[in-house]
Amino acid sequence: MDALDLARWQFGVTTVYHFLFVPLTIGLGVFVAGLQTAWHRTGKEHYLRLTKFFGKLFLINFAMGVVTGIVQEFQFGMNWSEYSVFVGDVFGAPLALEALLAFFLESTFLGLWIFGWDKLPKRIHLATIWAAVIGSNLSAYFILAANAWMKHPVGYEVVDGKARMTDLWAVLTNSTALAQVPHVVGAAFVVAGGFVLAVCGYRILQERRADPDRTRPMRRGATDMWRTPMRAALVMTAIAGAVVAGSGDMSAKLLHEQQPMKLAAAEGLRHDTAGAPFSPVPGVKVPMLLSFLATGDPQAVVHGTEDLQARFTQQFGPADYRPNLPVVFWSFRVMIVFGMSTVGLSVLGLWLTRRRRGKQAPPRETPSWLARVCVLALPLPTVAMISGWLLSEIGRQPWTVQGELLTAASVSPGVSLGEVAVSLAVFTALYGALALAEAVLLVRHVKAGPEPVPARRPETPSSSGGRDGGSAEDATARLQPTLMY
Amino acid sequence: MELTTFWFAVIAFLWTGYFVLEGFDFGVGLLAPVLSRDEAERKQVLGTIGPVWDGNEVWLITAVGAMFAAFPAWYAGLLSEFYLPITLVLVGLIVRGVGLEWRGKVHHASDRVWCDLAVMVGSGLPAFLWGAVFADLLHNSAFAALVGGVFSLSVCVLHGAVFVALKTSGPVHARARRTAMATSALALPAAVVALSGIPSARTAVADWTASPWLWACALAAMAALAAGVALTWRGRDGWAFTATASSIALGAVALFGALWPAPLPGLTVADAASGPYTLGVLTWIGLIALPFVLGYQGWTYWVFRKRLVAEVS
Ligand code: HDD
Ligand code: HEM
Ligand code: HEM
Repeated sequence: MDALDLARWQFGVTTVYHFLFVPLTIGLGVFVAGLQTAWHRTGKEHYLRLTKFFGKLFLINFAMGVVTGIVQEFQFGMNWSEYSVFVGDVFGAPLALEALLAFFLESTFLGLWIFGWDKLPKRIHLATIWAAVIGSNLSAYFILAANAWMKHPVGYEVVDGKARMTDLWAVLTNSTALAQVPHVVGAAFVVAGGFVLAVCGYRILQERRADPDRTRPMRRGATDMWRTPMRAALVMTAIAGAVVAGSGDMSAKLLHEQQPMKLAAAEGLRHDTAGAPFSPVPGVKVPMLLSFLATGDPQAVVHGTEDLQARFTQQFGPADYRPNLPVVFWSFRVMIVFGMSTVGLSVLGLWLTRRRRGKQAPPRETPSWLARVCVLALPLPTVAMISGWLLSEIGRQPWTVQGELLTAASVSPGVSLGEVAVSLAVFTALYGALALAEAVLLVRHVKAGPEPVPARRPETPSSSGGRDGGSAEDATARLQPTLMY
Repeated sequence: MELTTFWFAVIAFLWTGYFVLEGFDFGVGLLAPVLSRDEAERKQVLGTIGPVWDGNEVWLITAVGAMFAAFPAWYAGLLSEFYLPITLVLVGLIVRGVGLEWRGKVHHASDRVWCDLAVMVGSGLPAFLWGAVFADLLHNSAFAALVGGVFSLSVCVLHGAVFVALKTSGPVHARARRTAMATSALALPAAVVALSGIPSARTAVADWTASPWLWACALAAMAALAAGVALTWRGRDGWAFTATASSIALGAVALFGALWPAPLPGLTVADAASGPYTLGVLTWIGLIALPFVLGYQGWTYWVFRKRLVAEVS
C-alpha cells in the first residue's frame, strides 16, 4: 500500500458515493417538477400532495448530493495535484463552467423553491423548480464532458508537459461526451424511475395491508393515488431505457476506436480476433456478436488485451497497460443485466397497468406481485450505475488521461501515506454514517406517506373531472397552502 | 489589463463574495443554539439563512473551480499543501449542509439535536480553518494560524449576529444585538492583530510605505468592523450589516493583495496560469454569465427580505 493506492481508493469510494445521490437529483427533480406542473394545470389536490411527498424525498437526497460533490471538486487538487497541473487548462474549464452556469442556478432556485411556496406567485414558484432542474442536468453535461476528455482527449496540445486547450468547442462536443451524456443522464432517469416505482410499490402494499377488504371505492381509494406516479415512472423508465441502450451501443463503438483496451477487457478477449464472439457469461460464446456490437460489421477485427499490450509497450514504453480484467469483465455484464432488467420491468408494468377499453371502466388494479417486484427497482439500476462507472474508470487504468498521463504520475507528490489514510478513513466513516441516516430518513418519510395539504382557507371544492374554472384557480393561486418544510 | 491579472482579480472577487456571504451563514450556524430558547425561535434563526446558504456556498465552489481552470498549479498546490485542514473544512461543510437540510425533515426532537450539533460544528470548523489556512500561508507559522483562525471565527460570529439582528424581530433580535456586542470584545482585538499581519507579511511594519494599499485596506477593514459594532449598539441594523460585510470584503482584498503576485511561496501567478486561449474563452463566458448569477441571487435576497418572526406552532 502506498499513497497512490489509497488515493485511488479514496477517489473511488467518494465518487461512487457521490454518484449514489446524483442520479436521483437529476431524475427525481424532473419528476417532481412534472408533478407540480400537473398540479398547476389541473389544480387537483393529489398532485400537490404528491409534489410535496416526492419533493421531500428529493430534498433529503439532494442535501447529500451537494455535500459529497464539494469533496469531489477539492479532491483533484488534494490527491491528484500532478494530474491537476497537467489537465487544469483543459479540464478546469468545464468544471468552472459547471459551477458558474449550473450550480448557481441549481442551488439558488432550489432555495427559492423550498422557501418560496407562500412567497412567490404560483407560476413563478413553478418556474423555480424547473430552473433548478435545468441546472442539475446542465451540471451533468459539463462534468461528463470533462470526464469524457480523460477517455478521449481532444482540442488540446501538450506544451511544456502540460495540456493546453486549443478548442473549447471540441472539448464540449467530444464524440465520447455526446455518447456519454445521454447514457449517464438516461441511466439517471432509470434510477429515479426505479426509485419512484419502489416507493409506489411499497405504498400500495402498505395501504392494501391496512385496508385488506378494499372498503374504499376504487376511484378515490388510497391505492389509487399511486397509480398516476407509478404510470409516470414506468413511462419515464421505459423511455430512458431506450436512450440508455442506444447510447450504450454508441459508447461501445467509440470504445473500439478510442479505448480498445477497455473493450478487450470488457470481453476478456486476449488476441486480435476477426468475427469476435461475445460471452454473456464465461464459457458461453455468441459468435460474432462482439464484432457486430463494436463496429456494426460481424466480421470485423476486435483487438485483444495481449496484442494491445504488446503494441502499447512499443508505443509508450514498457509497463502493464492492462486494467483489472475480472472487474472490467463483470462490471460490464452487471451493468447491462441489472440496468436492462429494470427497463424490462417497466415495459411489463406498463402493459399490466394499461387502461381498460371504454372510458367508464375503472383502470386495472396493480397486481400485488407487481408492486412487490417494483420494490426491486430501487437497487437494480443503482447497482447497474455503479458497475457502469467501474467499467468506465477501472477500464481506463493505468491511464488517467488516455495515452497522455498515467495514474501513477497523477498523484500528489507531497501528500503522505498518513494524510491520505486519515482522509480516507474520515470520509469513509462519515459517509457510512450519513448513508445510514439518509436511508432511515427516507424510509420513515415513505412510511409516513404524503401529508394532507393544510389549506389556509377552505378551498373551493374542485369540480372533479374537467379543469377548474378560471375563477376557482385564481382563488387558490394566491392562497398557497403553508408548507411543512 | 493582462488576462492573468484579471483572473487573479476574478478569483479574489469570488473568494471575497464567499467570505462575506458564508461568513454570516457560519455565524448564524454557530449562534443558533445561543440565540434561540425554543424550537420556534431556532427555526426563526436558521430560517434567516435557509433559502440562501446553498447559493452562498457555490461562491466557494466557483472560486475553487475558477482556480482550477485559470491557475491549476495554485489550485493543486494550495489544496495538497493544506491537506488535513482542507479535509476538515470538507467534513465541516458536509455535516453543516446535511444538518441544515435535514433538521426540518427528521421526526424526533432528539434527532434535531444531532442536526443542530452538526450545523454548529460544521459552521465552526470552516470558519476557523479558512482564517488559519490563509494566515499560515502568509506567515508560515502555527501561531499566526491560530490568530488567523480566532480572527475569522470571531468575525463570522459577529457578522452572523449582526445578520440575525437585521433579519429578525422579537426577543431573538434583542439577543442577537447583545451577542454581537459581546463578541466584539474578542473580534476587534483579533482583527487588529490579524489584519495588521496581512500587509506586514510582505514588508516590515516600519516600512509601511512599501505597501500603502494593503495598509489602507487593512486599516479600513478594522475601522469598518468597529463601525459595525458601534452601529449595532445604536440599533442601526442595516448599516451595521453593511459595515461588517465591508470589513470582511476589505480584509479579503488585503489578503489577496498580499498574495499577489505569488499566491504560494515560490509560485507566481504567471507560472501558475493556464494558456491565453483558456483564459480568453473563460473571460467571455464569465462576463456574460456573472451578471445573471448576481441578478438572481440578489433577487433571492429581495424575495426573502422581510424580517422573520418566531411562528407559534
Ligand atoms: C452525471 C452527473 C454528475 C457527475 C458525474 C458528477 N456530478 Fe457532482 N453533482 C451533480 C452531477 C454530477 C448534480 C446532479 O448536479 C449534483 C448532485 C446533487 C446536487 O446538488 O447537484 C452534484 C453536486 C456537486 C457539487 C455541489 C454543488 C452544489 O453545491 O450545488 C459539486 C462541487 C460537484 N458535484 C462536483 C463534482 C465533481 C468534481 C465531479 C467529478 C468527479 C462530480 N461532481 C461528478
Ligand atoms: C464525471 C466525473 C468524473 C471524473 C472527472 C473522474 C475522474 C477520475 C479520476 C481523476 C480518478 C483518479 C485517477 C484514477 O484512478 O484514474 C478516477 C478514478 C476512479 N473513478 Fe472516476 N471520475 C468521474 C466520475 C466517476 C464516477 C461517477 C464514478 C462512480 C460512481 C467513478 C469511479 C471511479 C473509480 C472507482 C475510480 C478508481 C479507479 C482506480 O483507480 O482503479 N468516477 N476518476
Ligand atoms: C440501465 C442500464 C445501464 C446503466 C445504468 C448504465 C450505466 C453506465 C454508466 C454510469 C457508465 C459510465 C459512464 C460512461 O462511461 O459513459 C456506463 C458506461 C458504459 N455503458 Fe452503460 N449502462 C446501462 C446499459 C448499457 C447498455 C445496454 C450498454 C450496451 C449496449 C452499455 C454500454 C456501455 C459502455 C460501452 C460503457 C463504457 C463507456 C466508456 O467507458 O467510455 N450500457 N454505463
